Amino acid sequence: MTRILVLGAGTAGTIMANRLRRLYAPEVRDKRMSITVVDQDDEHVYQPGLLFIPFGGYSPDQVVRPRREQLHPDVSYVQQSIARVETIENTVYLGDNTRLRYDVLIVATGARVVPSETDGLTGPGWRQKTFDFYTLDGANALARTLADWPGGRLVVDIVEMPIKCPVAPLEFAFLADAFFTKRGIRDKVRITYVTPLDSAFTKATCARALTHLLAEKGIELVTEFNAGRVDGEAGTLFSWDDREIPFDLLVTVPVHMGAEFVSRSPGLGDDMDFVTTDPHTLQSAAAPNVFAIGDAANLPVSKAGSVAHFEAEILEENVRRFLAGEPLRPEFDGHANCFIETGHDKALLIDFNYDVEPLPGKFPIPGIGPMPLLEESRINHLGKRAFKWIYWNVLLPGHDIPGVGPQMSMHGKHQLSN
Amino acid sequence: MSTTLPGYHDLELDAEGFLQKPEQWNEELAAQIAHECGVTELTDKHWQVIRFMRERFLTTGTAPTIRSLGKESGVPIKELYQLFPKGPAKLAAKIGGIPKPHGCI
Repeated sequence: MTRILVLGAGTAGTIMANRLRRLYAPEVRDKRMSITVVDQDDEHVYQPGLLFIPFGGYSPDQVVRPRREQLHPDVSYVQQSIARVETIENTVYLGDNTRLRYDVLIVATGARVVPSETDGLTGPGWRQKTFDFYTLDGANALARTLADWPGGRLVVDIVEMPIKCPVAPLEFAFLADAFFTKRGIRDKVRITYVTPLDSAFTKATCARALTHLLAEKGIELVTEFNAGRVDGEAGTLFSWDDREIPFDLLVTVPVHMGAEFVSRSPGLGDDMDFVTTDPHTLQSAAAPNVFAIGDAANLPVSKAGSVAHFEAEILEENVRRFLAGEPLRPEFDGHANCFIETGHDKALLIDFNYDVEPLPGKFPIPGIGPMPLLEESRINHLGKRAFKWIYWNVLLPGHDIPGVGPQMSMHGKHQLSN
Repeated sequence: MSTTLPGYHDLELDAEGFLQKPEQWNEELAAQIAHECGVTELTDKHWQVIRFMRERFLTTGTAPTIRSLGKESGVPIKELYQLFPKGPAKLAAKIGGIPKPHGCI
């Protein structure tokens, strides 16, 4: 029997397991193949929803569903922590000392935030004055504080790249502007956006559009600020080169790392515990029968659900090819597609890959849209809100989205002259 | 900054001046790149970091992050920022003649 083992039942792991189950439906039914997924708990969080929780847009129970229920019944689910992977033995060791052998391993254990990596961040004031919103607990704590916060200096800070959904902290700043406007206290709130990058975003054309929006909304921008220490009691954020930013409320995006077991698995990951992965085939550097997908991989691409979705189509084909003894298809191009909420029921949409910056145009149907690229619009906002349904009902079961292929399309986009 | 360096004609540099072929690097070139970037003198501490960067890149194919530089190069993060202002991982990579680290996506 051929054993496919998937580590992680988040966006990438769930999509992969369901796609492979469909691809190998007869084999799985006849027990010639098994597909097993391992995760440590049974709570699948719809992560794009975390952004809206601090502003009362979603309640926590609207973004969590059981992991097991997102998987096809023919996929086995093992709820257990992962101790380590020994690629030489083709074996995964679990927290309860059981061993799972595999013929193909797919690592999809995502990225986790590690606030303790920043000196003082989890000290006095943690989740009273200093927050994260990338966890359910952090987003909930922030919602309680923001509901009756009297105003003052709000600082939104990215500690270090890479982070999940690089546009989320910007969206947070935009939504905060709208939220305080609605609460009638915008004049009592000073919003500062602090980033280690040299502009508002990693991609230059997009950074220009976003910098313009920040200015329009009266949000200050501080660039090349590498946060090294936080004093929650005094309300000061310090950079490694001794710059200081005072705050009354600090919303950070903490350091991200891969899953802990990666550091205990010989040869599997880099020094941030992301799996060393070929950027085009998604095969790991550790062994030919080990692959990585989604945030867990160390690829130079946004850590985002859309990326995992595009990777899944390529990886499904490459797992098939690997098992059939065929050469892998080196076709992943770094395609990412992100909605950027800009507040007041509007959003921007961007579409890009390893080599091509986000360009203006129409999406997904060239020339028609209905969604404009790199431009604020209400339909993009509706698209973002509708995406929650698509996520649970189309994406996770492993269906394709009509008109949206894994590789980026240049159709309907306007080349920029500069 | 310029994509050529005086005295060198066949260097492969990216738009930001990062060497694309680490084998084209030498210590004299490092000093020249450092100078262009505002680091006027390369001390022993600078060299310690630069050599650690290069060695890590040449053995693993990826440059170390600022976090692992601080943990493993023997120079604490705070001091790295004094030696290589603004972005130590980026600047040390540039002076050390290896491609721009991918960390910042």
